[in-house]
Amino acid sequence: MIKKLNNKIKNKEISSDDLVKEAITKAEKSQKKLNAFVTIIKDAKEVKSNNLLSGIPVAIKDNFSTKDILSTGSSNTLKDYIPYFDATAIKKIKAAGAVIIGKTALDELGMGGTGLMAATGPVKNPWNINKITGGSSSGSAAAVAAGIVPYALGTDTGDSIRIPAAHCGIVGYKPTYGMVSRFGVFAFASSLDTVGVLCTSVEDAAIVIDQIKGKDEYDMTSWNSENINLLASLDGNVKNKKLFYIKEICDINNYEEKTNELIKTLEEFNKTIEKCQELGIKVEEVSFDQKLLDSIYPTYLTITSAEATSNMSNLTGIIFGPRGKGNTIDEMMKDHRTRGFSSLIKRRFVIGSYVLQKENQERYLFASAKIRHLIVNKMNELFNEFDGLILPASSEPASNINGDRSAHLRTEQYLAIGNFGGYPSITIPSGFVNDMPIGINITGKIKDDANILNIAYALEKKLGYKNQTAKGWE
Amino acid sequence: MALKVVIGLEMHCELNTKTKVFSKSLNNYNDIPNSSVTAIDLAFPGTLPIVNKEAVKKAIKMALCLNCKIPEELIFDRKNYYYPDVPKNYQITQNTKPIGLNGKINVEVNNELVPITIHDIHLEEDTASLDHYFDYSLIDYNRSGVPLLEIVTDPCIYSPEAAVAFLEHLRNIYKYTDCSEADTKKGQIRCDVNVSLKEENATELGTKVEVKNVNSFSNVYAAILYEIKRQTELIEAGKNNEIIQETRRWDEESGATIRMREKVESIDYKYYVDPNIPKIKIEKEWIEEIKSEIPLLPLERKTKYIEDYNLSSYDAGVLVKTKEVSDYFEECLELGMNPKEASNWITSQIMGYINKYDIEITDIFLTPKRLLKIINFLNNNTISSKQAKELFFLVLEEKEEPEVLIKKYGIEQIVNNEELLAIIQNIVDNNQSQIEEYKAGKTKVFDYFIGMIMKETKGKANPVKVKEILLSKLK
Repeated sequence: MIKKLNNKIKNKEISSDDLVKEAITKAEKSQKKLNAFVTIIKDAKEVKSNNLLSGIPVAIKDNFSTKDILSTGSSNTLKDYIPYFDATAIKKIKAAGAVIIGKTALDELGMGGTGLMAATGPVKNPWNINKITGGSSSGSAAAVAAGIVPYALGTDTGDSIRIPAAHCGIVGYKPTYGMVSRFGVFAFASSLDTVGVLCTSVEDAAIVIDQIKGKDEYDMTSWNSENINLLASLDGNVKNKKLFYIKEICDINNYEEKTNELIKTLEEFNKTIEKCQELGIKVEEVSFDQKLLDSIYPTYLTITSAEATSNMSNLTGIIFGPRGKGNTIDEMMKDHRTRGFSSLIKRRFVIGSYVLQKENQERYLFASAKIRHLIVNKMNELFNEFDGLILPASSEPASNINGDRSAHLRTEQYLAIGNFGGYPSITIPSGFVNDMPIGINITGKIKDDANILNIAYALEKKLGYKNQTAKGWE
Repeated sequence: MALKVVIGLEMHCELNTKTKVFSKSLNNYNDIPNSSVTAIDLAFPGTLPIVNKEAVKKAIKMALCLNCKIPEELIFDRKNYYYPDVPKNYQITQNTKPIGLNGKINVEVNNELVPITIHDIHLEEDTASLDHYFDYSLIDYNRSGVPLLEIVTDPCIYSPEAAVAFLEHLRNIYKYTDCSEADTKKGQIRCDVNVSLKEENATELGTKVEVKNVNSFSNVYAAILYEIKRQTELIEAGKNNEIIQETRRWDEESGATIRMREKVESIDYKYYVDPNIPKIKIEKEWIEEIKSEIPLLPLERKTKYIEDYNLSSYDAGVLVKTKEVSDYFEECLELGMNPKEASNWITSQIMGYINKYDIEITDIFLTPKRLLKIINFLNNNTISSKQAKELFFLVLEEKEEPEVLIKKYGIEQIVNNEELLAIIQNIVDNNQSQIEEYKAGKTKVFDYFIGMIMKETKGKANPVKVKEILLSKLK
């Protein structure tokens, strides 16, 4: 999509101005139905540069620091915060000539997987506005799926790019941890947070990350990826590549509650596996310790709650954010935080404080670190043998906004494996279940992004959902 | 029952790096409030810490000076607590693997070497400074993120004198290694003092009282004395149970320690490894490189001065008391001065002067090069030793080159024989009665003549020559 738009601009079939204006108009029109944006930048304009992204509109998740543009993280604790500096990824994308037309809503500060926890209200799925988008990169997924922007930046701590991408029938790519600088991204859980992209093709994902990746002097966990050129690596040659899937996740017999959606999703997954094989990819079934799989969610919850509790201690309303009321600084902070955070976040803070307490660290924090280690070790072992892990991106398509989601929690969290190990992981659309899109996810070994993207690229061609957007929401 | 005091110290000292420990803001003391801050120092959303290599290097240098074990990897932890002087509401410090462990140094206390063991040394960020007023407080974030090194001793110090000697020694090492300006007046050093009393032969330590944030060595001394007295009185009155584990602060005005809070353990700082800073391997080669940059430290220099230059232990001690003085002395030697002569000038004249005006040796106009000029004038008889002292003060006061001042004030000796002969002859001629007395055996009169000659020549006459000529005249 990006290359096509770039060509059109070059050939003067369309001007960047028109593209941007169209995106802004669409965004404004979409708000009532999708509620994807926190801010729409009505006077966004092209900055000339000679780049594939030049003049093409983009939407940015609202947990990126954007200079002179409101950046709320979809939290009331930052509802008036206008940063004076750009996140590194924003700096890079601006330098490439991309035109930011809006900031998208997220589950408050990245916590939550539904799109229902933004301070600006629920974000709705363009395929069916009664359905959730998934989260936390909810607004970014909705804006891309609705065809408002060809791509949007997101962040992924457990599955925050890859789940909404699946629910919205688009591509969601979380690169290797540290490939894109986290500087200027509002921290959720620092050891897992990753900047990535939501778009409609693997090629676009490669183009965007090629632009924003790189070692950053402001992020010690970033690394030099000069020798990686994602776009150039997409040759579609995947013969004899080896993928594995985890038996315990993909076997319907392993589930107590065999819902209609789950059955269909797994059937679709099997079809995808067949297509992989048709491409010459070898796919094997691997059994994974069920205990470890069951530990993913509690481990994720422990690590993220602990890190978030500490990371978000800076949100006090003293230096930035709305000032709380009170006679002492403690009262002011308390008021700011009590009124600013949603109940979900407060619950996580309680968990975080609890597991960080000296007497509990051994039992929870260190135990989680150990489990994380065990899972990563096992995965690294498998990655010695296989190019990647292929899984259904979620066990079911997007649920109803008013539905009960507790049963899904467990299966939804498998993608967190990608964050535990910092692995590159990409979701691409793979079909439909009950008229809602579903996706498959491929995860590979660290810094092997080019290989993973290339496999996804070949599979995307085979599956035929490239450049797919939702129609009819208008 | 004889009581013994047991002291443990925690000394915090700001390192003199160019930039802060986790940001690129300048590490400037004495700036306009809140002028040396970046988004990182104020914990704006999305900011991340960047470890300052220079700060780590200086921390390792200090750890090496104190013979600590250096870990294989660098790890930083978060210390979580809410207070407005830490915008992140956690302080980045080292808990899991401090930069130095299990060190030991000897400190001179009353001419005796006393061993002091170091529990650990850790690198952390300083907090913002708060100024409290009647109904508001002001925060200056300039200090927020300044690299702070905390040196923690074991409870192994047994007198307030030893405690202060240790602190002075450390301050010296900071200066000798150029790791810190180590200026207490600028608040660069702050100490926490742990004091407990036990019976002389008891194996277990008594209840520990912590006096926090003592900002000068004299206050450390006073606080220890105060705690010894306070705790002794309680024990002697049988009120041992009133000595509780608590945190107190030193109140300079009343000269007393005052309770801040009880039970230090009740604060849980929820330490955990900072995920924003990857574990960094500390290469052995780097440690060796840092080691090679450590200059001779005070005690080593002192030994050298005594053994190589035959200086007295006292003089050598005065010379190494501060790095500045010791460097001054060494510069004199490099210029070819006689060590004994240089030492005499420095320990008597110069030290007297800088102590009198409470200034540093680096502040005076009389550099080693200018001192050498004076000494050369003296040694080639251009001036007398009395004139040399006069010239010394003139250089200090008027800030002019010695040769310029000699001209300006005509401070040259009269060494010309004929000139002196004429003056002396004249005096002898006019004081016949004193000559009689002298010849009658009243040798004291000799000094009377010297005085007359010096008065006549305004002290410019070369005393050796005067004596020589006068003796011949009086025969």
